[in-house]
Amino acid sequence: MTLPAIVLVVTFFLVPLVLTFWISLNDWPLLGQPQFIGISNYVQALSDSNFGDAMGFTLLYTVIITPVLFLLGLGLAFLVRRRGRASRVFQSIYFMPVCIGFASGAFLWLYLGQPQIGPLLSLLQSAGLTNANTNLYTTMWGAMTVVIAMVTWKVVGLQMLLLLSGLQSIPEEVNEAARIDGANAWQLFRRITLPLLRPTLALVLVFSVAGSLLAFDQFYIMTNGGPANSTITAVYQIYRTSFISFRLGYGAALSVLLMIILAIVSAVQLLLLRNTDNN
Amino acid sequence: MTTSAMPSRSAASNTATRSRRSPLRAVPALAWWIVSILLAIGFIYPVAVMVSMALKGPIEQSAIPPTLLPRNPTLGNFTHLTSVQGLNVFQNLANSVEVTLATTIGTVIVSTLAGYALARAPFPGRNLVFVAILATFMIPFQAVITPLFMVLRTLGLNNSLVGLTLVYITFNLPFGLFIMRNAFAAIPASLEEAALIDGCGIVGALRRVMLPVAVPAVVTTALLTFFASWNEFFAALVLITDQSKFTLPVTLTLVSSGQLGSINWGALQAGVALTVVPCILVYLLLQRYYVSGLLSGALK
Repeated sequence: MTLPAIVLVVTFFLVPLVLTFWISLNDWPLLGQPQFIGISNYVQALSDSNFGDAMGFTLLYTVIITPVLFLLGLGLAFLVRRRGRASRVFQSIYFMPVCIGFASGAFLWLYLGQPQIGPLLSLLQSAGLTNANTNLYTTMWGAMTVVIAMVTWKVVGLQMLLLLSGLQSIPEEVNEAARIDGANAWQLFRRITLPLLRPTLALVLVFSVAGSLLAFDQFYIMTNGGPANSTITAVYQIYRTSFISFRLGYGAALSVLLMIILAIVSAVQLLLLRNTDNN
Repeated sequence: MTTSAMPSRSAASNTATRSRRSPLRAVPALAWWIVSILLAIGFIYPVAVMVSMALKGPIEQSAIPPTLLPRNPTLGNFTHLTSVQGLNVFQNLANSVEVTLATTIGTVIVSTLAGYALARAPFPGRNLVFVAILATFMIPFQAVITPLFMVLRTLGLNNSLVGLTLVYITFNLPFGLFIMRNAFAAIPASLEEAALIDGCGIVGALRRVMLPVAVPAVVTTALLTFFASWNEFFAALVLITDQSKFTLPVTLTLVSSGQLGSINWGALQAGVALTVVPCILVYLLLQRYYVSGLLSGALK
């Protein structure tokens, strides 16, 4: 009964996974004969400024968006923690954009953030924050701000929900005991809530960081990598290498490097969060 | 709600202890309502703007500043979608429906069968199979997209909706399998033994005894797969090159590239509406299963 599952996983996952390593050791054009070149692709990647820039931008984006999502998600979790029907209604409203795809969300916010005709810019302008000529898509920071706003709107509900269920798993007696010992709200949060929330925090952070390191849809759609290629992410660069320039071998090598970076970042996070737990 | 304003220890109703325990206990109930409602407006606003824009006529679309509600609502943008760069977007909508339905049904069947076997039938190498399938979780499919493209080409499934569906089933499988296996493992073995003794056979036991009990897990698996495959963009962009075979999210790139470099924003938002509205409807109808499934999948 596991046969269909095994066939699918072997054909469309394990074989491609093994092939990724093999292709990455070749000069592999779309048409024509592949040629074994050893680790040349990797050597080239290490001094490839395009990939370096893309990786740098991806890390910058991750470093900025992770705390934004986490803090807002935690804030929302505390807000909807109240019992009662109203709180549940707000929960499902905040969570609603999670079911919308990154691509459709990106096309929606592409319009929202347009200069002049975009409602978001019109709102910002009436708040006196921008003027009639402001075009967020002309600078790297402006473009990234619109993308971050879209992603926050789209995924913060999921973080809220995960953190909320973490909060609710803290036994009531623990909080009660701390309060009887005279802990104030901040001490309660710092000494009880935060440490007991650590497993959930680890999960939320690892998910969110991995998702950001693999970002593609939103930048492909909203910024097209611009202005001046300043918002090209790692996956975007792999896409351009493999499917625009058709350098499949080099694209595979970049994929392997991205997998390694992803594995290291995830492992470091898990180690850090586990270590502080022991103290 | 008002009890939180009175810090009386004896009146410790559920609501009172909850809000007293929260770091926001000093915030009066009114502020809670105001903040919650403002946030709710903020979350709904983009969707409202999208629907409004999709219903605006050509002149109102480029109004500066943009109008909040369409003055003369029209379906013109949806009509326009029938001919975008020689393409009928509704045909692409049909592609999306086809791929999503096939992926959802396929994932449910494959993960139910495998989940049952992994939870119940002891066979050699069981753990190895489970670990291999779960590894699909750990390694993002973006990383194997280049050889995936080549494997599909070798199988003659490149540029085909069947190929795309098989890829989607594979990458939705770990989550589905995980949910189904946990559901089956939670059902007492005695129930199934009784069915086997009554002469059901393994397949009969699965169909008559286990499946009805596991229906919530099936709904969760189906929902997660529905959202994932309906919204998927990257694999569809890479693996499908024939425009008439594009799924809806990828087709939107054609709507947004427009003629002569100018974008028809109304038509684009009409296309976004076609993509988003089914998701929101399904979410509103079945959110209980969706949310509980996400939580059990993520936290267990």
